[in-house]
Amino acid sequence: MSQPEILNQSFELGYTYTRSTGPVIGRFMTELKKRNIVGIKASDGRVVVPPMEYDPDTAEELSEFVEVGEQGEIVSFAWVKEPRESHPLQQPFAWAMIKLDGADVPMIHCVAAPAESDLATGARVRAVWADETIGFITDIRCFELV
Amino acid sequence: MSDEQDVITGINAPVYLKYNFTAGAAPSRFLTQLKKGVLMGQRCPKCSAVYVPARGSCALCGVATEEDVQLSDKATVESFTIVSIPIPGNPIEPPFVVANLVLDGSNISLIHLLSECENSEVRIGQRVQGVWKPESEWDYSMNNIRYFKPIDEPDVPAEKIGKLPVTGWEG
Repeated sequence: MSQPEILNQSFELGYTYTRSTGPVIGRFMTELKKRNIVGIKASDGRVVVPPMEYDPDTAEELSEFVEVGEQGEIVSFAWVKEPRESHPLQQPFAWAMIKLDGADVPMIHCVAAPAESDLATGARVRAVWADETIGFITDIRCFELV
Repeated sequence: MSDEQDVITGINAPVYLKYNFTAGAAPSRFLTQLKKGVLMGQRCPKCSAVYVPARGSCALCGVATEEDVQLSDKATVESFTIVSIPIPGNPIEPPFVVANLVLDGSNISLIHLLSECENSEVRIGQRVQGVWKPESEWDYSMNNIRYFKPIDEPDVPAEKIGKLPVTGWEG
C-alpha cells in the first residue's frame, strides 16, 4: 500500500490569563494611562521604577509614590536585529535599561533607533506614548533618542 | 485624582503558543482514511492487538505496527462521564456524555461524544454506532463522526468489552 503524505497543520494553544496588579503596580498602570510615570521611594531613599510593593532591603511595605520624568538615559542595551512577531517593534530595535530622570534604578523598555550605531550607554531617550493609553506597559510605545 | 473606575486593578496577560503540528506516518494514514469515511486501525505483529488511532507501534511489545485493519463504526461503551460543567471555549452545552468507546475489531478505546441517548441510561457495555456528517463535509478529522448513539443490540458483558471482532456482537 502506498504511503499517504504526512499531514501537518498549524495549531495554536492559547492561555488567556488575566492578572491582578495589586495596589502598587495598579497605581503604576493607572498613571501610565494618564501618561505619567511613577516610581516608589524605598527605605534608603532610592526611587524604584516600576514601583515595587515591598522594600528590597527591609521588606517593609512601601507607599510613597514619586513621579519621575519621561526622559532618561540608557544604562545598557541589546540590539535586536530580527524582531519576532511578539516583539513590541517590528523594525530592528534595542531592549534597554533606562534610568528615568528622578529614578535611581533603571527600567527595561524598548528603544526605537535607526541603527545600533546610533545608540550608546549614556544616550538620552524620551518616552513615546501610544495614541490611546489603556493602563498597560505598552502605553509607552517605545523610547526614542532625544 | 482619578475616579474609582479609572483605577487599573488587572491586566490581560495571554500566552499564545503557535505550533506546526505534524501528524506522523501512522496518524496520517488513519486521517487519510478517515477523510474517506473509513476507520482504520493497525495490528501489532506480535500480540495481535489492534490500535486506533494507530501511533505506529505497539506500546506493549515495543514493535512497529504496519498492517492496516479496517474497523466498524459500531462500538461498545468501555467507560463514560457526564459533563455538567461548561468548558471554556467548548460550544457543547452541558450536560453531555463523553465516553471511552472500543470500535468492533479494535482492542483499545477512543474518546468520543455520546448523544441521542438518555444520559441517565448510559452504561458500560452499551452498544453504540457513529453518526456521520454528510460526506461533503468529511475532513481529516474525527469530527467526521458527530457523535455515537445507542443501537438496539444487547449489552456486552464486561469481560468481552474490547475483544469483539469487526463483524460485531451477536449477543
